[in-house]
Amino acid sequence: MSQEALIFDLGRTGRYARAQAPAERADLADIPAQFRRRQRAVMPEVSELQVVRHYTRLSQKNFSIDTNFYPLGSCTMKYNPRACNSLAMLPGLLDRHPHAPDSTGQGFMACMWELQEMLAEVTGMESVSLAPMAGAQGEFAGVAMIRAYHDARGDDARTEIIVPDAAHGTNPATAVMCGYQVREIPTDAEGDVDMQALREAVGPQTAGIMLTNPSTIGVFERRIQEIATVVHEAGGLLYYDGANLNAILGKARPGDMGFDVIHINLHKTFSTPHGGGGPGAGALGVGERLLAYMPIPQVGKTGERFHWRTDKEIPETIGRLSAFGGNAGVLLRAYVYARMLGRDGMIRVAEFATLNANYLMSRLRDEGFQVWLPQRRASHEFIVSLKPEAKELGVTAGDFAKRLLDYGYHAPTAYFPLLVPECLLIEPTETETRDDLDGFVQAMVAIRDEARQDRDFVKGAPYNMPVRRLDEVKAAKELDLKWQGEAD
Amino acid sequence: MSNVPSDVKYASTHEWVREEDDGTVTVGISDHAQESLGDLVFVETPEIGRTVEAGEAVAVVESVKAASDVYAPVPGAIIDANSQLQDAPELVNTDPYGEGWIMRIRLDDPHALDELMDADDYEHLITEEDDG
Repeated sequence: MSQEALIFDLGRTGRYARAQAPAERADLADIPAQFRRRQRAVMPEVSELQVVRHYTRLSQKNFSIDTNFYPLGSCTMKYNPRACNSLAMLPGLLDRHPHAPDSTGQGFMACMWELQEMLAEVTGMESVSLAPMAGAQGEFAGVAMIRAYHDARGDDARTEIIVPDAAHGTNPATAVMCGYQVREIPTDAEGDVDMQALREAVGPQTAGIMLTNPSTIGVFERRIQEIATVVHEAGGLLYYDGANLNAILGKARPGDMGFDVIHINLHKTFSTPHGGGGPGAGALGVGERLLAYMPIPQVGKTGERFHWRTDKEIPETIGRLSAFGGNAGVLLRAYVYARMLGRDGMIRVAEFATLNANYLMSRLRDEGFQVWLPQRRASHEFIVSLKPEAKELGVTAGDFAKRLLDYGYHAPTAYFPLLVPECLLIEPTETETRDDLDGFVQAMVAIRDEARQDRDFVKGAPYNMPVRRLDEVKAAKELDLKWQGEAD
Repeated sequence: MSNVPSDVKYASTHEWVREEDDGTVTVGISDHAQESLGDLVFVETPEIGRTVEAGEAVAVVESVKAASDVYAPVPGAIIDANSQLQDAPELVNTDPYGEGWIMRIRLDDPHALDELMDADDYEHLITEEDDG
C-alpha cells in the first residue's frame, strides 16, 4: 500500500470541480462587511472527486473493529451493532436543536432519563449523570465530588488518594488533576490488593481510594468489601473506575461492593464507537453520600414530564460539565444498546466476554505462553507475559505486537499494566467467534516460530501495513501534527 | 546481561549512588533500569535546593513504553541536576553511569550509604527479578 499524499499536496491553485460547480457565485451581500474575510483562506484547492477519493483511501487504511479483531485490553473494543446507529439517527432525534424547548424534547429526554435509570440499576448506584463527555471527565467529576464531600464537612486534612498499582492508568492522573497526592499500594502474589499495605496507607489524610474491578491484571478483587470497610472506617470514599465493567455487567454491582462514586465508559461497555478520539461518554453514578454534589445538567422527572435539573435544583453541584447534557448522539446509541440487551442480555454480555477471555487464555497457555496468574480465572481480559520469549529469542512484546498487525490482528494493549514485564493485556470481548479467537492463537504461535527461525525478521515487522515500523522516540520527541503551509 | 559496576552503590528501586571526593553523591538509574524502560523520550530532573527523604520520588523518566518515578536513594539536599537531559534524555540509555547521571545530593548523614546495596547484592536482585 502506498503512502497517501496530504490533501494540500493534491491541490493546484484555482482548482475546483468546474463542470459541476454552480454557475452563479454565492451572494455575499447580506453578510456585513466587517465579517467578511479579507485574505484568502488557506484551503486545499481540490475537486470534489479528489476529496472523496482521498478520504476513502485513508479510511481503507484504518485498522478498526469493523475490519479486524481488536483485542485491546481494558478498552473493550466490541462490535457496535448497526441498529444502535440507525435508531440514534432517527430524524426526530438527529434534527432536534439542542436549544429547542423542553416541551418539544420530551422524547429525547425520556430516552436520557431511562438510560440514567438503567445505568443506576445495573451498577447499584443511587443516581446517574450523563453529563461527562469522556471517561477522563467522568473520573475528574467523581474525584471532584469526593473533594466537595470532604470540604462540605470541613474535613480539609485529607490530601491523599490511594491507588493500587493494578488500577487503570488514568486514576493517578485524575487524583493529581484534582489536587491530591497519589499513594500507590502494591498487589499481592494472588493479584488482589495487598491488604496490609492498604491498612498501613489509610489514615486521617486519606480522601479516598480509586479502584478498577476487575483490575487491569484481569482478575476480580475478591476482598472488595473488606477494602470498602477499611477505607470508610478511615473516613475516605471509594471511587470505581468502570473501564472493566463489561466483565461484571448484570452480575455484580459496584454499589453493592461499597463504592461511593463510579464512572461508566459507555463507549466501552455500552458499545458506542470509540478509538481515535471517540467521542466518548463517561456517565457518572453516585451513592447516597454524594447525591448533593451531582454534576449538571441531569434529566429529572416530575409526574410524566422531563426537565433539565440545574444548579437551582442541585445547589451544591460541582458544576456544569457539558453544555447540553453530554454527547447526545453517543448516549442515544448506548440507550438503544441497553434496551436491545435488556436485563438478560447484559448478563449474557458478561458471561460471553468472560468465557471468550478464559478460552483464549487457556488456548495460549496450552501453546506454551506464560499466562500471568494462571491460578486465577480471568475476568474479561488476561495477561500474557512474553518475558521468556524476550529472554530466549530476543523478541519483545513490542515486536509481537507489530507482527500481529501483519497477521490482521490489532495488537493487544502492550507494556501495561506496568507491574508485569513484557506484557500483552488481551481482551477479546463477547462479540468474537471461536474461529477468530483460534486464528489469533495461531498467529501468536506462528510469530514465535518465526522468531525462532529468524529473530530479525520479526523485529523488522510490520511489513504489510501502510507504513513500516515507526520511530517511536522521534514521534514522542518531535510531535509534528499540524500542516504549516508551504516551506516558502 | 546488564552492566553492574562495582564502584557505585545501588537502591532496590534501581538507582545508583556514587560517592564523590567532596562528600556529595551523584545519582542515576542503573543500566538494568534503562534497559527495562527502553528508549527514553523525557527526563524530569529534580528541583535544585530541595531537601528530600530517602525513598521520596524526585524525578521522572519517561520512555516510549512507560513513565517511572526516580526515588532519592539517600536523604539530603539536592545540589545539582543534569540539565543536559532536557534535550538529550537518551544519554541515560547510552551512558547510564556517566553522562546520563540525574542529580547530585549533599548527604545529611554519610552513614545513609550503608543502607544501600553493593554490586554483588544488586546483581543478585536483578537476576532474581529476571527469573521471577
